[in-house]
Amino acid sequence: MSGERVQVTIRKDLVEKARKFIEEQGGFDSLEEFLDFVLETVLEEEGPGSEMSEEDEEKVKERLRALGYM
Amino acid sequence: MVSQPHGGRLVRRVAHGRRRERLLEEAQGMPQLELDDTRAADVANIAHGAYSPLEGFLTEEDYESVLLHMRLSNDLPWPIPIVLDTPSEAARDWGVGDEIALTHRGRMLAVMSVEDIYAWDRAEYAERVYRTTDPGHPGVAKLGEMGGLLVGGRLELLEEPPEPFQALRLWPIETRVLFRERGWRTIVAFQTRNVPHLGHEYVQKAALTFTDGLLIHPLVGWKKPGDFRDEVIIRAYEELIRHYYPPNSVVLSVLRMQMRYAGPREAVFHAIVRKNYGATHFIVGRDHAGVGSYYGPYEAWDIFREFPDLGITPLFIRESFYCTKCGGMVNEKICPHGDEHRIRISGTKLRSLLANKQMPPETMMRREVAQVVMEFDNPFTE
Ligand SMILES: [Zn+2]
Repeated sequence: MSGERVQVTIRKDLVEKARKFIEEQGGFDSLEEFLDFVLETVLEEEGPGSEMSEEDEEKVKERLRALGYM
Repeated sequence: MVSQPHGGRLVRRVAHGRRRERLLEEAQGMPQLELDDTRAADVANIAHGAYSPLEGFLTEEDYESVLLHMRLSNDLPWPIPIVLDTPSEAARDWGVGDEIALTHRGRMLAVMSVEDIYAWDRAEYAERVYRTTDPGHPGVAKLGEMGGLLVGGRLELLEEPPEPFQALRLWPIETRVLFRERGWRTIVAFQTRNVPHLGHEYVQKAALTFTDGLLIHPLVGWKKPGDFRDEVIIRAYEELIRHYYPPNSVVLSVLRMQMRYAGPREAVFHAIVRKNYGATHFIVGRDHAGVGSYYGPYEAWDIFREFPDLGITPLFIRESFYCTKCGGMVNEKICPHGDEHRIRISGTKLRSLLANKQMPPETMMRREVAQVVMEFDNPFTE
């Protein structure tokens, strides 16, 4: 996970809602942390995540080789 | 090409990295439900796509649809309910939309969003799935141990449950990559809960003759007393493969899942799971997943007619026997000779020979296999 950050613009009313959500629900120290989490969740859960990345595939192959299947 | 996963997409519900850490932390504050080994295995199977398209335990709508129609509510074939039961007391305080933590042996296993909490009728379940309510049926007896409420909802795996056969446990994503790397386009899967005798070998090799590869996929996990122990089955297959199979044609891997002994319905379920592992063909045995005389010997073949949309091809290969006249393993369809020439393989006979440490005849079981089995003090579950 790279720690480098970039700026984006987001609709103001959404930001207000997000801040309110964090205030009420807790669990996040900042708006940034909350947004990171939401994006990670969506990308992992709903995104084209079921397609394997090359890195995932390499891991699978490594295990198969280690176990003697390949 | 290997089979498309059931429903078109291989499910992956395994949390990684920071998301996993966060969910582990959140799970500490959630209501917890402790699972036994069988249900923990179901959780892992769901998360790794072995039960695709399921992303969690069945909600009531799907449950009813599976009982009545052997299909999910979206019409996809699915004959066995995959459900999470709970003692009524525990779930009373949970509401739809709550997140609960599933634990196993005291460790955090998964988080689940409660989408449904519903009562179920054991007798109806038994009648539909097992076609009997006789408590002498091992699957029906298991229902009696279950809690009175079922909880449905999607889940996300946080921690792998322990696997004693780690080196033989492959997930669908792994067999799929493996099949592709081996260049296999057609793969026949063989379900088993037995040590292999010559009849099994014959059936597998008959199928392998016109497919690229064979996946031998023994079930490990709960089985009824008197069935072979998991490690005995595995050792026996390793030995058989070492001596009698070309290594490049076969993959031996375990599938942790309980036997239900639901006969025809379970045969279809077994096929669907193997489809998710990438198999294109599935061998359906005589009295597949049957027990006692609850199901007719070929009912498990007939039921496949109801599923032209299954997406994996069932192979119905007749029971085989040794014919002294033909001079080899044959079956009814290819051998014209009378009973006096036929040496039939009796499972019961084999078990009793092996239990008494007597070498079975070579027309029934490979000597190397029998030897391995007889090395175990007691090869059967208690
Ligand atoms: Zn013959």
